[in-house]
Amino acid sequence: MHELSIMQSALSLALDQARQAGASRVHTIRLRIGALSGVVPDALEFAFEVLAPGTLAEGAKLAIEHVPARFWCAACTREFQSDDMFAECPDCHRLSGELRAGREMELASLEID
Amino acid sequence: MCDECGCGLPGEKPVGVSAHHHDHDHEHKHGPGDHHGHDHPHPHTHPHAHPHSHEEPEHEHVHAADNEPHRTIDVRRAILEKNDRLAERNRGFFRARGLLVLNFLSSPGSGKTTFIRESVRKLAPELKAGIIVGDLATDNDAQRLRESGAPVVQITTGTVCHLEAEMVGRALQRLDLAGLNLLIIENVGNLVCPASYDLGEDLRIVLLSVTEGEDKPLKYPPMFQSADVVIITKMDLAQACGYDRDAALANIRRVAPKARIFETSAKTAQGLDTWREYLLQQQQARKALDPLSR
Repeated sequence: MHELSIMQSALSLALDQARQAGASRVHTIRLRIGALSGVVPDALEFAFEVLAPGTLAEGAKLAIEHVPARFWCAACTREFQSDDMFAECPDCHRLSGELRAGREMELASLEID
Repeated sequence: MCDECGCGLPGEKPVGVSAHHHDHDHEHKHGPGDHHGHDHPHPHTHPHAHPHSHEEPEHEHVHAADNEPHRTIDVRRAILEKNDRLAERNRGFFRARGLLVLNFLSSPGSGKTTFIRESVRKLAPELKAGIIVGDLATDNDAQRLRESGAPVVQITTGTVCHLEAEMVGRALQRLDLAGLNLLIIENVGNLVCPASYDLGEDLRIVLLSVTEGEDKPLKYPPMFQSADVVIITKMDLAQACGYDRDAALANIRRVAPKARIFETSAKTAQGLDTWREYLLQQQQARKALDPLSR
């Protein structure tokens, strides 16, 4: 829903970084988006197509790395990955309240010329 | 619709002071064979066209001989770092003022405004509240909230579907905080977007009314997962709408195992005393942590 504004923020951060590095063109923008971030990657792609033209990132590839939700199970003393965003430990079936990863919304890196 | 959600508010340049990202904005020039400790996702399979005039079949994967290799810049910064930074600024301001700050989130119509109005009446005199309320348009909610006797500032967001830290910061300038020890922020009714935006609050309060369906937490995990407190509202309607209490509680716990759950009705005042006790404890706990008030 709010992906246009998220993409706008990501793109302006990317363009700032690219300009500071003296880039003439941005080839790839790599994002890391967590399963629990509330952001839909497809909607980001769409927003990017709308926003990129006329910028250094026109025609660039948007590479989105999905970061799955990971929780800490205190009973099993181990981290587990959750594929459905719920916090149930696959081994002991207890619920974990400690989210270790999955809320990321990060500009990871850029490839530029 | 959030198509218009033009939240790229004009402002200062990022200065890289945020608790939420790695300050890692220096650039890397990758020459052939260069390698340092960073793990670069740079598989050398570039899907875009290269202006190569020669036709060696392996060449496009071998950048060593490329005269214009792409450079990789490691950025690793939170996309919403600006909001995160402003939220931290708000948080510092709130702490300095001794304000306990609550961010109320829910879908439209789940009873935020009525619950807040009745809470504020119940919380006085120990907790004296000020209220910031966000809506796309109208100040109807602000008017209803003023019936509680608390000072209220309305933020009309236009087409923006959530509140941001910067909007709260500006609204604070219009709110007389003298004598207040509680700030209630009623976010825009929306179970998706506001989850991403820290406002500087101490506690995130997510509401679920008995009329919405017990499986709502399962449909909107990001919002419920971020909740410190889940308040079930309109308990007076539970029987009329065939509310399945066990299912609702199980679903909330599945998504938000650590959240405190309160079952309430603003109409009958059910659960409001327990809620009041909880907030008083929270306020005392924060006061105890503040070195200036000891």
